[in-house]
Amino acid sequence: MNIANILARKGSMAVTVRPEQSIRDALALLDRHNIGALVAVEGDRPVGILSERDIVREAAHNEKFFARVVADLMTRDVITGQPHDDLLSVAHTMTERRIRHLPVVDQGRLIGMVSIGDVVKAQRDHYQGEVDTLQTQLLADEGGPAR
Amino acid sequence: MTPLIGTPERPLRAAIIGAGPTGFYTADHLLRNARVVEVDLFDRLPTPYGLVRLGVAPDHQKIKFVTNVFDKVAATPRFRFYGGVEFGKDITLADLKAHYHQIVYCTGAQTDRRMGIPGEDLSGSHPATEFVAWYNGHPDYRDCTFDLTQERVAVIGVGNVAVDVVRILCRTAEELATTDITDYALEALRKSRVKEVYLLGRRGPAQAAFTNPEVKELGELADADVTARPEEVELDPLSRAAVERSQDRATQKKVEILKAYARRQPTGKSRRLTLRFLVSPVELIADGAGGVAALRLVRNELYATSTGALQPRATGHFENLPVGLVFRSVGYRGVPLPGVPFNESWGVILNDKGRVLDSDTKQPIVGEYAAGWIKRGPTGVIGTNKPDAAETVECMFEDLASGAVLEPAHPEAAAAEALVRQRQPNYFSYADWLKLDAIETERGRAQGRPRLKFTSIDEMLAALGR
Repeated sequence: MNIANILARKGSMAVTVRPEQSIRDALALLDRHNIGALVAVEGDRPVGILSERDIVREAAHNEKFFARVVADLMTRDVITGQPHDDLLSVAHTMTERRIRHLPVVDQGRLIGMVSIGDVVKAQRDHYQGEVDTLQTQLLADEGGPAR
Repeated sequence: MTPLIGTPERPLRAAIIGAGPTGFYTADHLLRNARVVEVDLFDRLPTPYGLVRLGVAPDHQKIKFVTNVFDKVAATPRFRFYGGVEFGKDITLADLKAHYHQIVYCTGAQTDRRMGIPGEDLSGSHPATEFVAWYNGHPDYRDCTFDLTQERVAVIGVGNVAVDVVRILCRTAEELATTDITDYALEALRKSRVKEVYLLGRRGPAQAAFTNPEVKELGELADADVTARPEEVELDPLSRAAVERSQDRATQKKVEILKAYARRQPTGKSRRLTLRFLVSPVELIADGAGGVAALRLVRNELYATSTGALQPRATGHFENLPVGLVFRSVGYRGVPLPGVPFNESWGVILNDKGRVLDSDTKQPIVGEYAAGWIKRGPTGVIGTNKPDAAETVECMFEDLASGAVLEPAHPEAAAAEALVRQRQPNYFSYADWLKLDAIETERGRAQGRPRLKFTSIDEMLAALGR
């Protein structure tokens, strides 16, 4: 299982914002799409990520930050994934580095976003599937006609 | 007042396309719901179970026990099977929209990814799935031929399919004779002159997709010695760090098994299976008569991407591996269905959690869904499709609750049956399948085999007296 398998069943691309857009715009986007992070892009190249965390950090000591721009608050050092990265490595890296959102790029171009929730769900389904298959085979050992 | 959809007076009518594991799991989730649902399961083949019948290897019968689960689903009163009825040919999307509230595509990943290298289409180079479909008796592949007079064969890929293919190539006729492999394949393999089989992985042993039971099985073949190159099964520093970090005992064990294979001395068995790692084919070299003479391989090294995933990168070192027969198994893709939006990047139906999306607006299309490999790509074991189908069915009931369902002109089971009967008079019901199943197992029992499969539709019709 890899990132591509997660993106395949997420119809939407990553929701993006331009670095020069206001935080007000960004909040509207986060609300409208009911998501936790936006990818800041120049063209289709990711240059940063703006997460709920970044906004909370600013809001805690600056109540008048709505008019600031995304570039002021976003995290610039973005870790990105590639479609063929396997889920185990991705889960490890996201957990260790406390990343909740991983923009996915293919040849430098943004093609989607994977959240820690997506990764956990994919892993859970994967293990559930394995357990189910093993149970079926164990039950088969106890008899019953073969097909 | 019109009764609500999903009640005994007005059942929810759902059509499922594709009777593989996902089709059955989807039917199961739908039929278990408190609402009243009627499920019609369509397959272009007369027989159900999809890859469980036609993909899973004949020497892995235990995996096929899952069909007991599918038969229980089929035994529920509001389930119907229409075998031998092809979507887009016998019945169209418009037909389904006129008869069902919801349509679910569970058509799997039916085609091979190509390698995109010169010589791929030489005779003697085949998709591994064709070989699998052939030995398993898929009616569309029974007439395929493979040149088993070749002594040296390469199988490209280290997934389940690739491992199945090398195992079948290495087994003796005696080993195969107790399985449900088709008779024609058994005869062809009995005459096989194959002596050297290579399994080629582009990454290292720690990244190989095959499971430990599968790799152990390769070491227990009756008349084939298994071997590996010590330098290829030794973990590189990146892989070693990843395995240690993850505490993944299954992978540690896998590497140990492979290292043990590298230490094995040949015991004089008739065939030899060599497991190779960190090599990618770059060209199939022709023999001058349109066939394959050799594979040109490049040696790979691994590098870590920013998420820590290890990927192969070609070095400048090449070698030629003389082989006369090549099977490629480097991944699979879904096939687009007529009128259904497709996501070319991933080879799946364009979807969000199973809701089919419009190509332009990226908004859900009312009444159309996808589940299984055609939804997420070919990954996981059979059981992985169960939670996958559950997610799609959850979306279906959410949409039912919000009134986003199709408005069929003829939402009656009888109307759908009349339509199928008119378009495909020779369709197969589940009762028909159970008769064929009984005959197949009976014929098999006489030979001490799990079953003797019907491999053509004419044979099946004749067996049913039609």
